[in-house]
Amino acid sequence: MEFVKPTIEYAELAPLLIVFGVAVVGVVVEAFAPRPLRRPIQLTLSSAGLVAAFAATVWIASGLDVVADGAARGLVAAGGTIIVDGPTVFLWGLVLLFAAGGLMLFAERRLEGGLSAFAGQAAALPGTEAERRASSEGLDHTEVYPLMMFAVGGMLLFPASGDLLTMFIALEVLSLPLYLLCGLARRRRLLSQEAAMKYFLLGAFSSAFFLYGVALTYGFAGSMQLERIAEAVRNDGGNSELLLIGIGMLSVGLLFKVGAAPFHAWTPDVYQGAPTAVTAFMAACTKIAAFGALLRLFHVAFGANRWDWQPMLWAVAILTMLVGAVLAVAQRDVKRMLAYSSIAHTGFLLTGVLGVQATSDLAVGEITSLQAVLFYLATYGFAMVAAFGIVTLVRDAGGEATSFERWAGLGRRSPLVAGAFALLLLSMAGIPLTAGFVGKWAVFTVAMSAGAWPVVAVAIAASAIAIFFYVRQIRLMFFTEPQGEVASVVTPSLFTSSVIAVGVVGTLALGIVPGPVLDLAAHAGQFLR
Amino acid sequence: MYALAESAPLVDPATADGTLSLLWLVVALPLAGAVVLLLGGRATDRWGHWLGTATITGSFVVSVLLFVDLLDRGEDERQVVLHLYDWIRVGGLDVGMDLLYDPLSALFLLLITGVGALIHVYSIGYMSHDPRRRRFFAYLNLFVAAMLLLVLAENYLVLFLGWEGVGLASYLLIGFWQHKPSAAAAAKKAFVINRVGDIGMALAIALLFVTFGTTSFSGVSALAGAATESTLTAIGLLLLLAACGKSAQVPLQAWLLDAMEGPTPVSALIHAATMVTAGVYLVVRSNFIFDLAPNAQTAVVAVAVVTLLWGAIIGCAKDDIKKVLAGSTMSQIGYMMLGAGLGVAGYAFAIFHLLVHGFFKANMFLGAGSVMHGMNDEVDMRRYGALRHAMPVTFLTFAMGYLAIIGFPGFSGFWSKDKLIETALADSWLVGLLALLGAGITAFYMTRLMLLTFLTSKRWRDDAHPHESPAVMTVPLIVLAALSVLGGVLLLGDWIVDWLAPVVGTAEHHEPPIPVLAVTALAVGVVAVGVALAWFLVGRHEVPVTPPQRVSLATRAARADLYGDAVNDHLVVRPGAALARGLTTADRRVVDGFFTGIAAGIGGLGRGLRRAQNGYVRSYALSVLGGGLLVVVALLAVTI
Repeated sequence: MEFVKPTIEYAELAPLLIVFGVAVVGVVVEAFAPRPLRRPIQLTLSSAGLVAAFAATVWIASGLDVVADGAARGLVAAGGTIIVDGPTVFLWGLVLLFAAGGLMLFAERRLEGGLSAFAGQAAALPGTEAERRASSEGLDHTEVYPLMMFAVGGMLLFPASGDLLTMFIALEVLSLPLYLLCGLARRRRLLSQEAAMKYFLLGAFSSAFFLYGVALTYGFAGSMQLERIAEAVRNDGGNSELLLIGIGMLSVGLLFKVGAAPFHAWTPDVYQGAPTAVTAFMAACTKIAAFGALLRLFHVAFGANRWDWQPMLWAVAILTMLVGAVLAVAQRDVKRMLAYSSIAHTGFLLTGVLGVQATSDLAVGEITSLQAVLFYLATYGFAMVAAFGIVTLVRDAGGEATSFERWAGLGRRSPLVAGAFALLLLSMAGIPLTAGFVGKWAVFTVAMSAGAWPVVAVAIAASAIAIFFYVRQIRLMFFTEPQGEVASVVTPSLFTSSVIAVGVVGTLALGIVPGPVLDLAAHAGQFLR
Repeated sequence: MYALAESAPLVDPATADGTLSLLWLVVALPLAGAVVLLLGGRATDRWGHWLGTATITGSFVVSVLLFVDLLDRGEDERQVVLHLYDWIRVGGLDVGMDLLYDPLSALFLLLITGVGALIHVYSIGYMSHDPRRRRFFAYLNLFVAAMLLLVLAENYLVLFLGWEGVGLASYLLIGFWQHKPSAAAAAKKAFVINRVGDIGMALAIALLFVTFGTTSFSGVSALAGAATESTLTAIGLLLLLAACGKSAQVPLQAWLLDAMEGPTPVSALIHAATMVTAGVYLVVRSNFIFDLAPNAQTAVVAVAVVTLLWGAIIGCAKDDIKKVLAGSTMSQIGYMMLGAGLGVAGYAFAIFHLLVHGFFKANMFLGAGSVMHGMNDEVDMRRYGALRHAMPVTFLTFAMGYLAIIGFPGFSGFWSKDKLIETALADSWLVGLLALLGAGITAFYMTRLMLLTFLTSKRWRDDAHPHESPAVMTVPLIVLAALSVLGGVLLLGDWIVDWLAPVVGTAEHHEPPIPVLAVTALAVGVVAVGVALAWFLVGRHEVPVTPPQRVSLATRAARADLYGDAVNDHLVVRPGAALARGLTTADRRVVDGFFTGIAAGIGGLGRGLRRAQNGYVRSYALSVLGGGLLVVVALLAVTI
């Protein structure tokens, strides 16, 4: 066997290298910098890293070469393990943008009276003297910043993976830091730790499925590379059961990450238990990265036998939308409601994913499944990050107040915050002139033109159910008389308020003039391989 | 049997120029009013209602200017489009924020802004004691802006924007008196039922887009001929479902009666004159689809006929004055739908009836509001009686509306209903006769309403001191009454038919099976019978101040339910009334139950499913495993 040294395209991989580099430096900072200096250093490092990575992404995007047939742009990097093409760059941009939002929510310290939302000392048992001391001394886990950067690095790698092994590594790199971050809440620590534990166990479980799927697919195709797999699928190498089971196993791993039913059970518990800043980051960025990977896997590797897997995705999408919408109606807690809403959104996104068609079947200039999903992810990210940002503001003596009763009449006490939340909910509901409407419109039409009208019918019905609970929340904030103790809105620092402002403006802008971002998504073209 | 003389005229508008480029102002003015009033907060409390009225009046003035300009143009230049900006534009998907101004939208503009302005003026008086009056005007302005956008849209997506907008504003206004649980419940019910209609709308738009690659009226009207009839029928039926939701047609009618919980000006503006007619507008606007889908048209006619009888019968059984009017609205919209379902021959008359109905129904709702205003918000007609002396202006204006709705010769409703019945008869005997029957029932329940409210003897509560309303309320009534009387001029020389021809096309003339004059005479005769029956059953009897004690067991039982009134004892024992009660009960139990059941069912399902969410990792892991197995099995099952 002969080993060939791969060539590394440093310039095109700059965003990845920057983010991972910053993460590693962050770990070193934790070891050597004095405690009071750590937070400012970490904050500067991480934000500079994200900004630099974003700038590099924009630079790469502007310089991508059009490849042979003209539908795709980009290049194959690092010996075929990383694909830097239009969709990759678009997803990188989204992940970095919303990660910056998450970082700002992480950095917020005004809400807890000068402390961050993370546990002072994670090792201290809840309710012990050690915990009290950590809190009174103002200890803070600044490790969250490098942890987050590692996760961001994994998220950048995930949708760009050119082979299954890279994809698996990326999956682990993005997941492991998240498991830790989920368990670091300053308040309600047991709930937070329980959430982290659950997320870890189930995540590990589903990763095993994914790995098994990798092995089976390798058995079928004789290669890990998506391109080779696609080739084998096209040539139909015989043992199709092996392939189908492989696809199933791979799907379980990915569908778990995006929170599709019946693999969604962790979502509400984890979203509720994790520190809200982590939830915001996780809800937006993990889903974007995982959908990127899902799209690449299904469209590139298994694009040729989509007739085999589309029915399965139909069923999963239908189930996911119904479970998300129906269960959200039964919730009495804002964070859980948003969690179920995110499950419903996963269903809508899957509706877009299964709308894939052969290029020859598309009318000239027709929006593709990929573009629709990319756009939907953008609209979804703005709304989710800002909505969870607002959840961090509504507090009472026990920290964040997330039960519905506490939110009653919020609109009268803080019309601005409640108004912003209402707008975000309307966008999630898909009311015209908000981003969500255009996103839904895009994914529904691609699914419809791919002939998936039963899924679209269910999707529209699920949207109708969903509008009910979003509007109920709005009514609760504006038209319900508060009973008993209510929560109030704490004025945040510039960090959180700018995240919310950007989310609200983005939601409105994408609804009223979605053109530029839709163009960007269209410009991203197709997957290179 | 259907007038398929020619395919529907194409929507092929020129670019707006000159005065017509002011079109955006019509929507922008009330929208700006709503924004200022909602964001301005308490600072605008003092003059908010004036601002709200001024913006809509401004809109009306612009609408008149536009209309005059349109009149000056030649028939084939009367379609213009104003492109505001590209809303969604990517590759082949091109949805502009475009406004279409043509003879059809011109009429709607005048109706919405004209009646809307009058209702705003009226509300200044009606809501003068309400601490949240500014907010009320903000919602009203928001509603008007959305409604105007709905009728001005040049594509189905912008139309959908207006459609959702009026739904939202209607929800806010029905539940405006949020302290009343019944108002909150009514708002919720309207919301839930309208969602069902909106599903139809969303699916229709998706299907349109997939079939034609565009949602603009001009694009669809040009390509409609190329689509298969089954596709067009599917689109037509989905549009009909949408129309049923918004226009309270059977089976999605149940919300309208409850919507009367809103303040009366809301009932007049939204639930009589404008929003509920959006469904009729949708069908007429989509004529290029329905003309090619006769099966969908038949469905429209069926829904329309059922609704026009259903609403009328409900009108007979209600004692709440606003609910009688609501039933009547449902029934009258049934007539409009009937016209719209009859195709090219009926479109113009549907719109004609829609316009005059907007006048007389707004007039009567505002009149009912004026009565309630003077009677301490009493709505039970059994507690009215002989109000003609206390409220002469309200009485006289209401009487004009009454004569118009029953179709008294010469009044506006006479012309419009006569034309509809005539067209229906030409189309089918059965439909025509049922429409005729509806006219008779209308005459009956409206006469009963008049008798119980303004005539017969006083049955007021002790603390009632009826008085005429202030001028700010009566002047709109007088204007609307005048319009109710004179609305028929629109038909002079078939003006409205010719005016709408560029939009809906011209029909070959169909002679009804019996001479036109005979149809008219028949209609007048049926109406006369209805009036006489009401007089015989309701007006002829003296209504006792205290109900008599020596009555039959059946009456006693009825009394426990209905407020003791000898007049209605007659009705209760009659089979016709039994039918009425049966239908009302069916309406309340079955239809209502169904929709309340949907909401409750989803809630219950949610609670049931929630049990699966038990918090144990082991069960979650099991569900992942089970799900994984299902996925694999599903994949294998497809191929094997």
